[in-house]
Amino acid sequence: MAADQNIQSKMTLKLLGVVVGMFVFGFALVPLYEVYCQVTGANGKTAGPYTASATLEVDKDRWVTVQFLANNNANMPWEFRPTVRTMKVQPGQAYSTVFFASNPSRQTMMAQAIPSVAPFHAAEYFHKTECFCFEQQELARGERIEMPLKFIIDPHLPASVETLTLSYTLFDITQVADSTVTEPPVS
Amino acid sequence: MAGTEKRHQSRNGYMVGLKWLIAAIAVGSSWSVLADWSALNMTQGVTEISREVYDLHMLIFGICVLIGIIVFGIMIWSMLVHRKSLGHEPATFSHNTKLEYAWTIIPIFILIGMAVPATSTLRDMYDSSNADIDIEVRGYQWKWQYTYLNDDPAQEVKFMSSLLTPPDEFYNRAPKREHYLSDVDNPLVIPINKRVRFLITSNDVIHSWWVPDFAVKKDAIPGFVHESWAVVEEPGIYRGKCTELCGKDHGFMPIVVKAVEQQEYESWLAMKQQEAKDVYETVGKTWSMAELMETGEQVYIQHCATCHQINGEGIPPAFPSLVGQGLAVGDLDGHVDIVVNGKAGSAMQAFAAQLNPAEIAAVVTYERNAWGNDVGDLVQPREVNALIVAEE
Amino acid sequence: MSAVIESHHDDDHHHGPDKGLMRWVLTTNHKDIGTLYLWFSFSMFLIGGCMALVIRAELFQPGLQLVVPEFFNQMTTMHGLIMVFGAVMPAFVGLANWLVPMMIGAPDMALPRMNNYSFWILPFAFAMLLSTLFMEGGAPNFGWTFYAPLSTEYAPPSVTFFIFAVHLMGISSIMGSINVVVTILNLRAPGMRLMDMPLFVWTWLITAYLLIAVMPVLAGVVTMMLMDIHFGTAFFNAGGGGDPVLFQHVFWFFGHPEVYIMILPAFGVVSAIIPTFARKKLFGYDSMVYATASIAFLSFIVWAHHMFTVGMPIAGELYFMYATMLIAVPTGVKVFNWVATMWQGSMTFETPMLFAIAFVILFTIGGLSGLMLAIVPADFQYHDTYFVVAHFHYVLVPGSIFSIMAAAYYWLPKWTGNMYDETLGKTHFWLSFVGVNVTFFPQHFIGLAGMPRRYPDYALQFADWNMVSSVGAFIFGFSQLLFLFIVIKCVMGGKKATDEVWDGAEGLEWTIASPAPYHTFSTPPALPERAMA
Repeated sequence: MAADQNIQSKMTLKLLGVVVGMFVFGFALVPLYEVYCQVTGANGKTAGPYTASATLEVDKDRWVTVQFLANNNANMPWEFRPTVRTMKVQPGQAYSTVFFASNPSRQTMMAQAIPSVAPFHAAEYFHKTECFCFEQQELARGERIEMPLKFIIDPHLPASVETLTLSYTLFDITQVADSTVTEPPVS
Repeated sequence: MAGTEKRHQSRNGYMVGLKWLIAAIAVGSSWSVLADWSALNMTQGVTEISREVYDLHMLIFGICVLIGIIVFGIMIWSMLVHRKSLGHEPATFSHNTKLEYAWTIIPIFILIGMAVPATSTLRDMYDSSNADIDIEVRGYQWKWQYTYLNDDPAQEVKFMSSLLTPPDEFYNRAPKREHYLSDVDNPLVIPINKRVRFLITSNDVIHSWWVPDFAVKKDAIPGFVHESWAVVEEPGIYRGKCTELCGKDHGFMPIVVKAVEQQEYESWLAMKQQEAKDVYETVGKTWSMAELMETGEQVYIQHCATCHQINGEGIPPAFPSLVGQGLAVGDLDGHVDIVVNGKAGSAMQAFAAQLNPAEIAAVVTYERNAWGNDVGDLVQPREVNALIVAEE
Repeated sequence: MSAVIESHHDDDHHHGPDKGLMRWVLTTNHKDIGTLYLWFSFSMFLIGGCMALVIRAELFQPGLQLVVPEFFNQMTTMHGLIMVFGAVMPAFVGLANWLVPMMIGAPDMALPRMNNYSFWILPFAFAMLLSTLFMEGGAPNFGWTFYAPLSTEYAPPSVTFFIFAVHLMGISSIMGSINVVVTILNLRAPGMRLMDMPLFVWTWLITAYLLIAVMPVLAGVVTMMLMDIHFGTAFFNAGGGGDPVLFQHVFWFFGHPEVYIMILPAFGVVSAIIPTFARKKLFGYDSMVYATASIAFLSFIVWAHHMFTVGMPIAGELYFMYATMLIAVPTGVKVFNWVATMWQGSMTFETPMLFAIAFVILFTIGGLSGLMLAIVPADFQYHDTYFVVAHFHYVLVPGSIFSIMAAAYYWLPKWTGNMYDETLGKTHFWLSFVGVNVTFFPQHFIGLAGMPRRYPDYALQFADWNMVSSVGAFIFGFSQLLFLFIVIKCVMGGKKATDEVWDGAEGLEWTIASPAPYHTFSTPPALPERAMA
């Protein structure tokens, strides 16, 4: 009987261990999902700054249309737009463009641009060597800024992709980043 | 002797079963004659893809009905015949390896038969070749915004599309007209036989853009853009719905797509482009109080009344009242600011993205001078414009 | 405190129950706790049912007659949460408490103290959840699937209470399922091998493992929500580098196994009832066990079929489609086994059998519409319409709930020692059967014709069938009061039940007296001669 009790408490503890493990696993899904997205391009997420491991060969015979979208998320009053809507580019070649932003509100604000690529399976072939989305933007009231984007389309981009849309959504992160922002000037 | 008895009983059982079966078929067939199935089934739609999806649906539906008839038929037969009341003696078998293998393996083949056409349809849907027209579809709580992308920013057309049905109809104060809850003020207009690409995203929460006739349903997710496409073959008006719970007015943000001939599309687009220019000009002129109030009321009903209500009293605490309190009777600059820039952490959106300066000026003026509010002041479109452009 | 109770209980071990309210508060007896669970579940069923009736009353006609859309959304959300976590799951835990020890010849659950805690957490969890209805800003209104950011940035303040309520429910289920696993693996009567266990015990063992695996993930996802709302993290906020779609992945990683948590014990119940009333051994016992295990395994790798429209790469869509279709195979095996059990039997149709047969037919309809939903291109048209509502109500109402009712009728004589009123039972069955079908069958068509779910109001072409559906819902809803009456009548008295109760019933629970004594199998039973297949 005592031995039975012992087996039972051991089993209970083991099962509790599984419970704790699965709770941790729930959180582990966050980085796992991140990795999964990086690998498959699921959800159109693009990677961080690109450093060419080998120089990419320019595909002289192929032209791809890159289309830029810029949007504000809810309650974001900034003016935010691409300076060009589309570019015809050759895979392997480096290009650059500029996005425009201005802060018409009455205070200094912080913003974060979130990139997303459609179609999804093109995301992993869109390499950004320099992007304003890698950092947060801070603009004082009335301030205007031109934000650079430098990119290379990977020559391995599937042939079926003829147009690639890169969308940026601008989020107001002033409150989140409050501690780092200087007090807005009072008007 | 006992054997004869039993045989007799089981034949009796079969007769009873047969009678029931005939009755069931008779009832079933008369039912199918009575019902009008076309209004109860999935639409065939007006694109090649939507027809493929319809065919696929009918195929899998047919297979499922067939499986149902066979399984339920056997069950019902058994229930009618293998009853104790008919003296049926229970058999003793509880295993049959061949049978068990059969009903494991045969379904796999049926499933493959369904998976093959499904895969090919899905591949067709995921075609990402160049489109003739790119339209950005953006979900808002609780309306849609459409932007016709164009290399020349001056030629771009952008507008909001929201429910046309007045609240009087859904609160049963007025009779419900045709297209109740399915009509919008500004439908999306596209040409037929052109490949139109929809870039679907959201401003706030997750919405889903569904037009059954195109077999297009894609979630609109804030921060992400999804693509979908359609080549519409017949002119007509196609109605859709938001299909992801997005808050209070999830059921009140329909989609209307008008497919027209290329020529009609071009003249419509030119008209829209002209409208945008006109707005630019109207911002410059000086408006009278009456003009502002008239436009303001329209804008208010369309964009503000879902939350702040027609009578301005809102639904506190989420949607505060505008009558005799708060910014609506307070500081004019603050009032313009909250309409232009919204209020962080609340449902109050930044309307600079949705309304032009004239509309904002009008609605602010309206709010200050309606429902017994009598602040008496007004704001001119050009002042609002100055604030938005922030040229100071 | 607990030591005191422990010693008190030890003294008391071979006597009857305590008197008065404290019997129920302090009880560690599996039968008492089973009873508590079942009554709790039934009261939640009525509360959630009232919410369903508010929904159906509003949808009786086009237009907003009774409630405003904000409240409608609270009703759909609370109805879902209460039915899933308050009605179906506790009912199965209640059945497990009553039956598992009796079926395996154990004196009680292995961890009786924990058993008491796991029940008594529930009333607090649901009091907290229901109290949100009276809070400023109202109850949760973001659907029972609570997709971010509607449930985070855009949620009413009551969301925090919702999160804690879900935590409590999770803790309760986890403790309950640990108890089930430890009981089944350690306390079987000597000589009872795993493959000798009744299927109800098998399905519950597998269900308990599912619960242990996924309830912590649910706890994880609501914790992430809590952190996003109150501590400035951005798990699900794209602006902070998170992803709202991640929420759906984590939620459905819990959510899909959850669906099977609500149906596997039902399979066990039906597998007990059909052989009894067909007077024939269950067909294909082994394959039933294997099918249950494969369904449980598959449930972990198909979650994203709830999210086909969320925008996945084609490889993802195809994988989840194929994996989902695969579930049809073991599910089919189960249905075929039940039909084969009925075939050539000698059937009678008492109330439990009627509910069990209705289960097989209507669950199969729900399963077939589920197969249709697995086909991605067609799902683009079905997704989030009433077709889906019809599908999951077919598997949950005439699926899970009918099986629970079948179980109640089947084992009530054993629990109370009295037979229930057969005529009233059959009346209850037919009213429920008609009500369920009138409610949910037309919803297939409303959905195909294009009506999305979670709509407080709808276009005019959907009016007729919505009205039919609402009528059905009221028939179904009110006929459950008859069920309440039948159960109370049976508890109060009635024709005395024999120990065996049903002439074809097999299993250890039928070898003990009716009503089952407060303590059973204090000494392990000798197993009946094993019938070798």
